[in-house]
Amino acid sequence: MSGLALFAHQFRYDQKAFWRNPASVFFTVAFPTILLLIFATVFGDQTVEVRGGIETTAYYVPAIITLAVISATMQSLAMSLVIAREDGRLKRGRGTPMPAWVFIAGRIGNSAVVALLMLALIAAIGRVFYGVAFPWERLPQIVFTLLVGAAAFCCLGIALTAAIPSQDAAAPIVNALLLPLYFLSGVFIPDDQLPSGVIHFADAFPIRHFFEAFFAVYDPGSSGGGVEWGNLAVVAAWGVVGLFLAIRYFRWTPRGG
Amino acid sequence: MPEPVISIRGLRKSYGDFEAVRGIDLEVQAGEVFAFLGPNGAGKTTTVEILEGYRKRSGGEVSVLGEDPESAGRAWRERIGIVLQSCRVDPYLTVRESLELYAGYYRRPRPVEETIELVGLTGKADARASSLSGGQQRRLDVGMALVGDPELLFLDEPTTGFDPSARRQAWETIAGLRDLGKTVFLTTHYMDEAQRLADRVTILSRGQVVAGGTPEDLGDRESLPTRISYRLDGREVSLETTTPVADLHELTGRAVAQGLELEGLEVTRPSLEDVYLSLTGEDDQ
Repeated sequence: MSGLALFAHQFRYDQKAFWRNPASVFFTVAFPTILLLIFATVFGDQTVEVRGGIETTAYYVPAIITLAVISATMQSLAMSLVIAREDGRLKRGRGTPMPAWVFIAGRIGNSAVVALLMLALIAAIGRVFYGVAFPWERLPQIVFTLLVGAAAFCCLGIALTAAIPSQDAAAPIVNALLLPLYFLSGVFIPDDQLPSGVIHFADAFPIRHFFEAFFAVYDPGSSGGGVEWGNLAVVAAWGVVGLFLAIRYFRWTPRGG
Repeated sequence: MPEPVISIRGLRKSYGDFEAVRGIDLEVQAGEVFAFLGPNGAGKTTTVEILEGYRKRSGGEVSVLGEDPESAGRAWRERIGIVLQSCRVDPYLTVRESLELYAGYYRRPRPVEETIELVGLTGKADARASSLSGGQQRRLDVGMALVGDPELLFLDEPTTGFDPSARRQAWETIAGLRDLGKTVFLTTHYMDEAQRLADRVTILSRGQVVAGGTPEDLGDRESLPTRISYRLDGREVSLETTTPVADLHELTGRAVAQGLELEGLEVTRPSLEDVYLSLTGEDDQ
């Protein structure tokens, strides 16, 4: 098979394994959906004091899409790659003629597709249940912003596997990194309620920048809403750092035993 | 004589100060089932992982299918199959799907249905791997190494942790590989496994080869003394001899002449197990 055909082959089976795995479906699909429903129910009647005051739900739809993209990429990749590595499955794959890049590309393709599906799902729920308009005229900018973020968080997820010693440690380490940053970056709590010191702290990390970039293109209240090049550049820079760390430290063989 | 499939000269491997492999020489010919036998920690897995291209050696020469595993590429990987010592299969794919996935990595794979049959999983073809027993998962593992139709197959302790019936099934699968004309490099710490499956056995202990040969004449078993034991007047008597026929004749002749019954008379040849234990120094622990 040619490289591209091999990639398509690998991707097909990665998709099967992904959708049959209850843990991956819960954390990447069900969990963000449930969060949106909870936030919309609890805070639904309030307005948020950003960009002239918008509905809470109009704030949470892009916020939860941000979270879903990070779940589908960084979280899902870090966890599934560590599990496959410790199972010995990565090592076995390296013993076949399949080039390493095909395997990694299959997983990244899987993450990107799931991230796009989550964009569609959360946007549809927002539109149907909460009347949050989808800015169709900015679809290219939205998809572009999402894919830059997805690529960066994929690299970070692959790099993170090097810091996870075992299957049991995967979920705690990933969540210990991501959950606080979701809070501090305004994904869970609208950022007009966060002290400026917290925002400054969160600005040191990519989640806040990705959220800002994505919010800017999605926000139905804004008329301009172009690509936020500054924020995206920070996200991309994190991605490049992740890529170098991944190339340097990613391992195919189990760490334990 | 054709070029050997595997040829090793003076192989060494150190981890820091520890020398795991201390100068191994061996050759494996095409179509042979070769067993690499030794206790845990003898250096078996280190050696086999050097042959598979997973590890770099510290010294010596290695040739596998005419290439150095450290620098061999995709074309070489098309010709080998690897069953790792511990490796799970993807729990969410079926037997057929796992094999189809791996078949897609090779240019000329063995047909998937044929591979399923070869490893005895016909009735389980559409079962997810998570529903298979440990022995069945291991056979799927072997199937994934065979689906590329390799010339040379590495099996690293394929039955460790198996119950007796699962082991017997795995043995049948491995014995079937010989009929396909595959060269098999098997590591094991089970004497009976080597005896049952291998054409030739090499015993490794503390990083060095201590014996080699066919399972029958391994460790020069023929020249080792035979043990004759019996009870006389409630006393256990045991003697070792290299001329058992003559000694037994004399012993029984005397007993008959004196009207004595030699209770529990036994003549035992040293078992392969005895040879193995004495060679690897495991019996003095």
